[in-house]
Amino acid sequence: MSSDAILRVEHLTMRFGGLVAVHDLSFTAKKGEITALIGPNGAGKTTVFNCITGFYKPSEGRVALRHGDSAQWDQLESLTASSLRSRMHGDGALFLLERMPDYLVTQKARVARTFQNIRLFRGMTVLENLLVAQHNSLMVASGFTLFGVLGLPNYARAEHAAVDKAAMWLEKINLTDRADDPAGDLPYGAQRRLEIARAMCTDPVLLCLDEPAAGLNPRESAELNDLLLSIKNEIKTSVLLIEHDMSVVMQISDHVIVLDYGTKISDGTRDQVRNDPKVIAAYLGVDEDEVAKAEAEVGL
Amino acid sequence: MEIFVQQLINGITLGSIYGLIAIGYTMVFGIIGMVNFAHGDVFMVSAFVALIASLILTTWLGISSVFLSLLIVLICAMLITSLISWTIERLAYRPLRGSFRLAPLISAIGMSIFLMNFVQVAQGPRNKPIPPFFQNVIVVMEKDGYEVTLAYKQIVIWAVTAILLAAFWYLVSKTSLGRAQRACEQDQNMASLVGVDVDRTISVTFIIGAALAAVAGTLYLMYYGVVSFADGFVPGIKAFTAAVLGGIGSLPGALLGGLLIGLIETMWSAYFSIDYKDVAAFSILVVTLIFLPQGLLGRPEVEKV
Repeated sequence: MSSDAILRVEHLTMRFGGLVAVHDLSFTAKKGEITALIGPNGAGKTTVFNCITGFYKPSEGRVALRHGDSAQWDQLESLTASSLRSRMHGDGALFLLERMPDYLVTQKARVARTFQNIRLFRGMTVLENLLVAQHNSLMVASGFTLFGVLGLPNYARAEHAAVDKAAMWLEKINLTDRADDPAGDLPYGAQRRLEIARAMCTDPVLLCLDEPAAGLNPRESAELNDLLLSIKNEIKTSVLLIEHDMSVVMQISDHVIVLDYGTKISDGTRDQVRNDPKVIAAYLGVDEDEVAKAEAEVGL
Repeated sequence: MEIFVQQLINGITLGSIYGLIAIGYTMVFGIIGMVNFAHGDVFMVSAFVALIASLILTTWLGISSVFLSLLIVLICAMLITSLISWTIERLAYRPLRGSFRLAPLISAIGMSIFLMNFVQVAQGPRNKPIPPFFQNVIVVMEKDGYEVTLAYKQIVIWAVTAILLAAFWYLVSKTSLGRAQRACEQDQNMASLVGVDVDRTISVTFIIGAALAAVAGTLYLMYYGVVSFADGFVPGIKAFTAAVLGGIGSLPGALLGGLLIGLIETMWSAYFSIDYKDVAAFSILVVTLIFLPQGLLGRPEVEKV
């Protein structure tokens, strides 16, 4: 197992009654990379996400996350043997996500996620959506609003920093001129980008995106690609991605994992995966003219 | 005409008090979708807190400045009532969150009966008076010996309401806390996923609602000069009517609804029968629910996908 991993999923199994949604799945996501999780509908991709982000408690297996470089993966076994949820190592830490409730996964382990359907705060402005995501640091700085109401300078400074950060993201997603519009009024593609920016405003170490390109037109998915690449290259945040849009997956991901019926059928770079016969059979399929040729051969 | 102006003045005063209480109903409904039937009794309790505080101030400490004592009474009432409301939420509502929808509602009705009976036993069943103050009035207009008056008390009520509402508006729309509150109102799961502590935000909502009810309670006591254990019920239900009329969940709606209910009640008393003023106010509730269920400023119900 590579030592530069940020996330390690080991022998993950999720059962709902008699249905096995994910069976004995293991993979790693490397720090600073974009890792894509692909597969046909019902392959269990979203279930894996829900296990990572604390929405579901896995039936079996381990989901471990690492902060910083000093935390050594060889400490993982002793952490698992203890009853702790996390352990600090110098300026880094190890987390066992399957032991944490969802809000702690966000707050302490700093894993952010988006959903397949857009879940913005529609009635709030675009800017406010980005500020809510910085609520925690602002609450601490404002002495839980008490000092903020009194107008103490600390709070004003924190609020300024929060607005600056939001402005930086607005610029990145090209929504600066719509900052004061209600988020629900934005076009679909812009809402998708805003959702990613909001997740990034929580300062995550790992960003989990569930089908961010769903419903986007080709131009919008090209913009999404640029945004995700800049998150990877400039912000240095690791990304875990579920996606159906192969133009997104094949252009930006460093590492692709393919699921089918809840098990991993392929794992490697995008070229390895693209040429893997099992993946082609289960998911990618063949070109239409090849189908036509095959059909002609059997006389259809 | 003179009667109309006089009733307008009285109606706005009464409406301010209803509006302050209605905000508590509407905020709690907005964030956890529950009608907090104990809110009217929280208002009544706050009037008693104000009564006790003002008696202590005037008879024991001998503070003679009316404005200073009013300020201290207001702050005491707000703090103690907030604490009571926080406790109620913690003990009676939070454990039932995630239970079936009617459970917290029944718990709220129980809380309402508890508060009413507790005050009846602790303070006695009779009306409790405070020594009158702010007796002066301004004569606004006069015709044929009928004087339209604006009492100092009424000016104080208008001013306090306006200042408190401005502060409240700032809190909800400009601070981090207010943003978190609106986020929880729209999508609690998502709010917790971006790091908002939902339970704490709900507690704060109850505290703010109770603080505004405490302002209403103090002003009510000052205006009428008496309070009894049963005074939470009817004003509470009228404020609830106001919240429904304005559109439950909408903060400006609660204030508008409060003013309208206050005006309808006083106008009805002047031009029709004073005995039927409550009937008029509650008829509004029925008519609103039938013909305008989303209220005047409420959002129409949107199906969540």
